Amino acid sequence: MSKRLASWDSIIILLTVAVLVIASLIVDNFGTSRNFTFMVLDLMPLILVALPMTFIIVTGEIDLSVASTLGLTSSLMGWFWNQGLSIQTIIPLCVLIGAIAGALNGFLITGLGLPSLAVTIGTLALYRGLAFVVLGDGAVADFPLSFTNWVTSGATNILVLIVVFALIFGVVLHATPVGRSLYAIGANAQAAHFAGIRVARTKFWLYVVSGAVSGLVGVLWTLRYSSARADNGAGLELAVVAAVLLGGVSIFGGKGSLPGVLAGVVLLTALQNALRLEDVSGQALNIVTGALLVLSVLLPNVVNSVRGNWQRRRLRQSAV
Amino acid sequence: MFRHRLAVIPAAALLTLAVAACGGTTKDSSAGDSAGAQTGASADPNAKLKEGLKIAFLPKQLNNPYTDVEVGGGKVATEELKDEYKLVGPNDASASSQVSYINTLIQQQQDVIVVAANDPNAVCPSLNQARAAKIKVVTFDSDANKTCRDAFINQATTEGIGQSLAKMALEQAGGSGEIAVLSATPNATNQNSWIEVMKTELAKPEYAKLKLVKVAYGNDDDQKSFQEAQGLLQSYPNLKVIVAPTTVGIAAAARYVGSSSYKGKVQVTGLGLPNQMRQYVKDGTVKKFALWNPADIGYLAAYAGAALSSGQITGAEGDKFTAGKLGEYTVGKDGEIVLGPPTEFTAENIDKFNF
Repeated sequence: MSKRLASWDSIIILLTVAVLVIASLIVDNFGTSRNFTFMVLDLMPLILVALPMTFIIVTGEIDLSVASTLGLTSSLMGWFWNQGLSIQTIIPLCVLIGAIAGALNGFLITGLGLPSLAVTIGTLALYRGLAFVVLGDGAVADFPLSFTNWVTSGATNILVLIVVFALIFGVVLHATPVGRSLYAIGANAQAAHFAGIRVARTKFWLYVVSGAVSGLVGVLWTLRYSSARADNGAGLELAVVAAVLLGGVSIFGGKGSLPGVLAGVVLLTALQNALRLEDVSGQALNIVTGALLVLSVLLPNVVNSVRGNWQRRRLRQSAV
Repeated sequence: MFRHRLAVIPAAALLTLAVAACGGTTKDSSAGDSAGAQTGASADPNAKLKEGLKIAFLPKQLNNPYTDVEVGGGKVATEELKDEYKLVGPNDASASSQVSYINTLIQQQQDVIVVAANDPNAVCPSLNQARAAKIKVVTFDSDANKTCRDAFINQATTEGIGQSLAKMALEQAGGSGEIAVLSATPNATNQNSWIEVMKTELAKPEYAKLKLVKVAYGNDDDQKSFQEAQGLLQSYPNLKVIVAPTTVGIAAAARYVGSSSYKGKVQVTGLGLPNQMRQYVKDGTVKKFALWNPADIGYLAAYAGAALSSGQITGAEGDKFTAGKLGEYTVGKDGEIVLGPPTEFTAENIDKFNF
């Protein structure tokens, strides 16, 4: 129990709660229902993309193409809409295209055995490039109001969506054999293979899921800003990876929990929101986020090595 | 086995969305399904301008020299008005990054948001939320969709620029002689419409002795513009003035003329940036050129915002208000407020401008 309390993800959860409470008390206009809505809308793309990203990082891989997939589906959504397709066809189509984009990543990584960092940096450029081919510098904006309102008219719809997705991913990761196999792969892929886990196949489907979710977020992003553009979501991949690492997931795989990641996302968003309300400039915001990320990687290592030293010293003393 | 379990996630997402796909809303069927304009209260032209209004500027991106001059003008105006000035903005000019800032300004209960929209539609829902919270929205530089702002500060009309170009050409030519235009690309929308207005002006009796011999295109490329200027002077030895309605063209033409034997014989004028043109104005190659004054844009935007917030104007066509040193303005169609004729820069005043 004491070990559980000291783990990084519980620290981050406590920190998040602390930030929320303190910000509500001292930052004007932070704890209002309208600000809550704004925060939920800002959280949405980060949190949804962070869910499959957590799975992927837990297996020791990474997917940097998520934001470009988002941009590609956003572009295509605009293009399909201009072609006269119905929005009810476009939305599942965009999710499907996201899944296909993810499947290509998955194939290159598991089928050809290429490193995921290199592959997804490549498709990061590739998918963003395709997005610009589809829509250029233009924007498509005349989506039906009933759909854009579904996203923008309050926190309820999006909050329900986030909770449903987080529950599904949380249960899969923490309460099923699939989830346990992900940790096994991340801890030692070869051992996992010999334990009968289909490593390649599992990873492949993780990329498909990541692509599909990115495609869905592309749709939601487009509806939220009522603007289909090729540059939508640019840079989101780094924010997502930052939030996942901040949430205590090890970049080397095998470690981390979904509640920690959710707390990481909320912490980042709430902190930015509160600082912005206090008129902290954009550059300073980046400094805070960056420092937080470095600390989140640094601190657990420091704690571990201190603990290691201490244990070694005790062993030495008892030997004497 | 794992395949099936993981495949459930995208499949479920697809299924949920597909279930919703019964009706079928297409571009055609949803035509006209757009946000309606707000109906405002009536304007009270005698209302006093309120003091202590919170006026926030949200440019496309921070740390851009041109934008800095614009918002600098806004700061001067807020000081005159005894209002509170605030400048916020994203580090990148992407479509959606402004939205979080607008949301923050709503939470801070600002009175006026002066914004240059990175995307006319992406900022719309937020701006309308701001207006629902009784915040007045003024756009500058690049307009938002007109259904989601109260007024737009238009830096210059096509007519204003075209007339100013013709007038400067006449002055520089000394009333008569051959002139040529050095434009951007053959299909540059702005430049072409200015040149059209210029031609209409030249057809008037007072311009009868002025002859436009050629419109050359430097493609907004420094080297090409330089060569085109050279070519113009070789083909038309009697040329008196080169009019370049583009900042690239005018700088290249001035550089060529200033370093050739034509210096002092051929005048260069048009639209340029003071910082780029300063040396040519000082060495006498260029006597006069024009551009809207970015500081005035911010200045006018702040006054328009204060007038809106005080109820002097509602943004309806025909509303009148006074913008400090710039004088009286009338709101035009669709809430547009035109800054006025461009500012002319000469050796006397150029050192007052830094952009």
